[in-house]
Amino acid sequence: MWTAQRASAAVLAIAVTVHLATVIYAVRGDLTAAEIIARVQGNVAWLIFYVIFVLAAATHAPIGIRTILLESTPLAPRIADALSAAVLLIILILGLRTAFGLYALQT
Amino acid sequence: MKGFSRASNRHPSYWAFIVHRLSGILLTLFLPTHFWALALAIESEATLDEMLRWSDHPLVRASEFILVVLLAAHLTGGLRLLAVEFLPWNDRQKTILAAAGGIALGVGVLFLLNAA
Amino acid sequence: MSDASDTLIVSVWRGATEGQLVEYTVPRRDNQTVLDAVTYIQRHLDPTLSYRFACRVGMCGSCAMTVNGVPRWTCRTHVTKVAKAGRLKLEPLRNLRVIKDLAVDMSAFFDKLARARGSFQPPKSPRSDFAVVRPDSAERRNAEAAIECIGCGVCYSACDVVAWNREYLGPAALNRAWSLINDVRDAGNLGRLLAVAGDAGCHACHSHQSCRQWCPKHLNPTASIAGLKRAAAKSALKGTL
Repeated sequence: MWTAQRASAAVLAIAVTVHLATVIYAVRGDLTAAEIIARVQGNVAWLIFYVIFVLAAATHAPIGIRTILLESTPLAPRIADALSAAVLLIILILGLRTAFGLYALQT
Repeated sequence: MKGFSRASNRHPSYWAFIVHRLSGILLTLFLPTHFWALALAIESEATLDEMLRWSDHPLVRASEFILVVLLAAHLTGGLRLLAVEFLPWNDRQKTILAAAGGIALGVGVLFLLNAA
Repeated sequence: MSDASDTLIVSVWRGATEGQLVEYTVPRRDNQTVLDAVTYIQRHLDPTLSYRFACRVGMCGSCAMTVNGVPRWTCRTHVTKVAKAGRLKLEPLRNLRVIKDLAVDMSAFFDKLARARGSFQPPKSPRSDFAVVRPDSAERRNAEAAIECIGCGVCYSACDVVAWNREYLGPAALNRAWSLINDVRDAGNLGRLLAVAGDAGCHACHSHQSCRQWCPKHLNPTASIAGLKRAAAKSALKGTL
């Protein structure tokens, strides 16, 4: 789990930087919805990028939450595990839905 | 809470840890909201346009600003940890990384403000 | 300045897990150490005070206790360095069970040292020749940097993870394990790595570096633990863990 945390952290470091740069670029360039959709829709590269991003986040956050719950709350390990699993599912499901949603956007 | 801020804790690496932990918690709470908002927004081009204009609202701007700062803080704290754990120990790494962290944070903030 | 006064007000923890702070007035002396102050209290003010010391010259680590919130060796801590406005607060070391007043039960600390396999394990059959340990080798330098620990418990007391996680082996035990992992003569390193990798071992360290901050011998357990993390990860990836 420790290795997974560090590995996903490394992936996120790159993904976050790319994402922030993209968002800032879009905002500064005053891109309209149409323009954004045009670039993202049907674009496999962006899809793969966002899927990897979501997977890394869905790995990284739950492990962190689990540690915090175990260290700072009196919750039993099984409950901490269950709550972290919940976080994992939420991020995974919502994230993948969004990634695929962007891919499948219709103008 | 955790009994933090004892006298034995008042040194930079400890504060870095606190920032890293707090930003991690807040980001975990934010992420689902982010996905949910985006999912709503992309229902159609019209709603996306609406969303983009809504993002000009000062309150949204303010929360975006906080989020970018949290993200940058967590990222630089994380990079510091990766360096401590994987690179050969360097007594000056604390200073180096603190500087790098400050710069990253500053750049992020500046860009966000400029993106107005 | 507050040093103008010729007395010191020293609050000392009296009792065990339950108890309270009791104040004593101690005359100031030149070059007075905190140990001098505690000794004065026990000899002249209250003979029922329990505290530990041995060498009183900064070699044994027996006098470790919490001084104004920070774990220190009292024999090596000058009063002028730590007394705020002429006051001192003395408490037993944190994270260990208090036996009485300023004396704590160190057995949990030493048990964890054993659990981390913190002792040298010779090979099952004697070697045919002396082991060659090059002084400039990476392992020797790593061991060198970690070897001077005398098991005083200051790092263990300073560590937050020890406070949050009862099972956590702690900086001293892990530091010792690291020095042995780097001992090329030791034959027990697979078992040792297994013992220190995991939730109760090196992976629980968050690199706060309070251990490094307060170690009276200026050791760096955080770096040793980072070394253990890397060794464990490498072994895990190779499938040998």
